[in-house]
Amino acid sequence: MTPVVNTPAIARRRSRGGKLLHAMRRAPGPTLCAVVIFALLIYAFVVPLFSLNPFEFSGMSVLDSFIPPAWMADGSADFPLGTDDQGRNLITAMAYGMRTSIIVGFLSVTIGLVLGGSLGLIAGFVGGKVDAFIMRVADVQLAYPALLLAMIIDGAARAVLGAERSVGTAMAIVVMSIGIAFWVQYARTIRSSVMIERDQDYVSAARITGRSNLSIIVLHILPNVMAPVLVIATINLGIAIITEATLSFLGIGIPVTSPSLGTLIRNGNNFLQSGEWWISVWPCLTLVLFVVSVNILGDHLRDVYNPRLRGRS
Amino acid sequence: MLNYAASRIVQTLIVLLVISFIAFLLVANIGDPLAALLSADATVNERLELIAKLGLDQPLWTRFLHFIGNMLQGDFGFSYRTQDPVANLIAERLPATVELAFVSLLITIAVGVPAGIYCGVHPNSLFGRFIMLISTAGITLPNFVVGILLIAVFSVQLGLLPSFGRGTVVDLGFWKTGLLTVSGWRAILLPAATLSTFQVAFIIRMLRTQLMEVGQSEHIRFARARGLSEARIWYVYAIKNTLLPVITMLGLQLGNIIAFSVVTENVFAWPGLGSLFLQSIQGADIPVIAIYLIFVGLVFMVINLVVELLYPLIDARVLRRQS
Repeated sequence: MTPVVNTPAIARRRSRGGKLLHAMRRAPGPTLCAVVIFALLIYAFVVPLFSLNPFEFSGMSVLDSFIPPAWMADGSADFPLGTDDQGRNLITAMAYGMRTSIIVGFLSVTIGLVLGGSLGLIAGFVGGKVDAFIMRVADVQLAYPALLLAMIIDGAARAVLGAERSVGTAMAIVVMSIGIAFWVQYARTIRSSVMIERDQDYVSAARITGRSNLSIIVLHILPNVMAPVLVIATINLGIAIITEATLSFLGIGIPVTSPSLGTLIRNGNNFLQSGEWWISVWPCLTLVLFVVSVNILGDHLRDVYNPRLRGRS
Repeated sequence: MLNYAASRIVQTLIVLLVISFIAFLLVANIGDPLAALLSADATVNERLELIAKLGLDQPLWTRFLHFIGNMLQGDFGFSYRTQDPVANLIAERLPATVELAFVSLLITIAVGVPAGIYCGVHPNSLFGRFIMLISTAGITLPNFVVGILLIAVFSVQLGLLPSFGRGTVVDLGFWKTGLLTVSGWRAILLPAATLSTFQVAFIIRMLRTQLMEVGQSEHIRFARARGLSEARIWYVYAIKNTLLPVITMLGLQLGNIIAFSVVTENVFAWPGLGSLFLQSIQGADIPVIAIYLIFVGLVFMVINLVVELLYPLIDARVLRRQS
């Protein structure tokens, strides 16, 4: 008989690490995507710490404008990806832009999640007329694609607030309009799970012990219905970032003084015809790389944690 | 069948009424039509006259009924930005957008359907996997990125196709078309390709999943057991069963086409409804935004309705399930 060396705790820890490695080896694509996302996150949040903001006067120099990427004829080693019309180093500008894009995307997904989540919880738990009303509103909203809806909400908010808007207000408008445009999906998913959970014995037990409806919803039901919604939220992060970039590209999103990837592309688009392709193409590729990685990882998580949702988009 | 059709039509009308009410609330509560329509030195009397003329002194419900009544008679109000009737603005821009959507639908069908069928019949072939890879890219790429990359390659680098405008337009009196001239066709290719990217990718994936599912079903296995040729099995029996979901998807994607057309038209400076809508948002031109909201809802609802009413013709089981 061989002596048992491992204590149970160590064995468990080791097997968990092994599981992660195993999972990574079984899905090399999603693993690569996770690495790419992590690298881009570091790029977007660390580079701005060490460089001047290229969108303030101190950070740009018109003398350096329109320098092509380093490997082209007039390229300079100081600007590996080239500079734009104001002489901004595209590597720094894109880090700043991506930071804004990621923050806006993250905030708007959070808003959609909170809004859709609470409406879904209420609809599923209360049922009856309240449920019917919330779901009819959702149906009407589904007649419009989220992108169009975000544009309309954005336009209405601009009309209400008038022309004088601070950067913060403009960002808040974008975050709100994307968040509102995407609440339906969360609400529907949570509602259908809540309708199953509310008839479970543990809910009746909680009710017998005299818990209020609010604490039953928040403490008992919510933890049991969050998983599928969080997976959807991961996938929606990519869509939210695309929506923000689209709004900013169209000139109705983030203002130019605090640019996102979308505004960078919009600006670069002005010089596409005259041959300065790098100003718009680099932000385009960065956006695509990030969003594709988020999507592939999100799809993978969905398949792993919630196979029922497979095939739905 | 009649019951089914009637209940669907009534539902559609109710939703449209709700959408119109929301649009009306936008017009009624946001922006100041008086400031937009009156000159700066207007007298108090002129002001009161306009208030009476626009019915701004009436209760909300009366004004809503008035709004609906006007709309049914083709009076969509006035743009705050250009002072023109909204109906004229829309009529002017409609042909460009309809032609763009039409050509992109042609591209979708011509490219997406054969590619999707190929992927469904040969899911594990090298070429099939290659198509799937491309379609994954096509579904994730934002619309404006596709447009910019197409312009960068085809108009800037290769100089083959124009990157903006509609080319030479022929005026047919009621309709200005770009589809009768060579320059018109050259101008429409890039925007239409951009607009169709998403649908092509979507329809390929849809057809592939459907065909792979149908390929596993009983009647296909029996057909194979009877010794029918593979070509006959796939192209006569299997494809028939994938029609319903594919037609539905094409119909439901229409909303996305309208949304993406705003972006595509902006990238290619295409003078259609999408650019009008965008200009209205930038200028906070609420009457145009409101009418656009109703218009999109109407188009989407009618297409949905038509698709649903076509169901029973393609698949009689739908009716049996209803009753």
